[in-house]
Amino acid sequence: MSRNPYVRPISTTTWYMRNGRYKVYMLRELTSFLVVFYSLLTIFALSALADSADRWNGFIASQQGKGMMVFHALALLYFLFFQTFPWFKLAPKAMPVQLGEKRLPDSYIIIGHYVAWIAVSICIFWLAGAF
Amino acid sequence: MSTRTRTLELEIMRYDPEKDKQPWFQSYTVPCLEDWVILDAINYVKENLDTTLAYRWSCHMMVCGSCGMMVNGEPSLTCKTFIRELPDKVRIEPLENFPIERDLVVVLDDVIQKLHKVQPYIIRKDPPPAGDQEYIQTPGQLAIFKQLTMCINCMCCYAACPQYALDRNFIGPAALALAHRYNRDNRDQGKSDRLDILADHDGVWDCSFVGACSEVCPKHVDPAAAIQQMKIDGAVEFWKQKMGIPGGKP
Repeated sequence: MSRNPYVRPISTTTWYMRNGRYKVYMLRELTSFLVVFYSLLTIFALSALADSADRWNGFIASQQGKGMMVFHALALLYFLFFQTFPWFKLAPKAMPVQLGEKRLPDSYIIIGHYVAWIAVSICIFWLAGAF
Repeated sequence: MSTRTRTLELEIMRYDPEKDKQPWFQSYTVPCLEDWVILDAINYVKENLDTTLAYRWSCHMMVCGSCGMMVNGEPSLTCKTFIRELPDKVRIEPLENFPIERDLVVVLDDVIQKLHKVQPYIIRKDPPPAGDQEYIQTPGQLAIFKQLTMCINCMCCYAACPQYALDRNFIGPAALALAHRYNRDNRDQGKSDRLDILADHDGVWDCSFVGACSEVCPKHVDPAAAIQQMKIDGAVEFWKQKMGIPGGKP
């Protein structure tokens, strides 16, 4: 009897269609396009700010159009569902806190992340003059 | 034991290395008892319908880790997968991401080598305790890594890992979790010895945290968590070394 192991082929372009778990992962990874978009937008905003008051005001106005407002809202929702919520849920796995023989309950770490997130958000809104 | 019966159609992947160019599926109609697991149904096939079927199993009690297979596309320990949780038609395949030796038997050589590579044993730099004294370990120190010792090497995590599927150089979930088990053991002093392998491109940084390994693990070892913790440990070691802080790798 001779050995002749069979290696099943795997597609390097459609592997994530294999199951729902992989598809959710790819949806999470798609947020990288939004990260690129917002990075470029920040660079553009900084160049407008450095250039002149007119360009800066023009940039602000362009972001307050109905289309851009809807886009930013959808992008925020996408980030919430595919980055914020899953990563906060996974935080206790990456950073478990051991107290003697027991682990600090996961919920404490998750709630801590949400509290920090809300606090940072309030600071940013305050800096932006929202209050 | 339940006496209620249910008929299951098993579609089992077959591959004879001496005859077949590629695997194919063979269907078997199996009269099952309601409280059977998939392994019972496969054993029924072997004992009553087709003696040529090749597969691995031993303990039938989630200890040996031999009977890992794909059950309806999900990496599963077949001795733990109850038929009452499955539809009437069940597809059984050998574990994904491994070469098929014959039928449901896969070639595990690659992962066995990787398990060796991470030096999964206690490495001491200091001499052992004098005389016949034992190493002291408190229950708290044990609790830090105990869950990682539950791995039975069933390799379901490798079958679930798309990173391993696409890049066979990746050390992979079970071997990395095993390395983390020793890194977290207070008796061990070999963390810096393992760092070159673990912090290498094929080590922890190859993991993109799909998390599938932890979801399929029948022993709840949570290799994905172990790998993320090692990324943090690796980054801390890196900066310690850069800044010349004692404890960093020399």
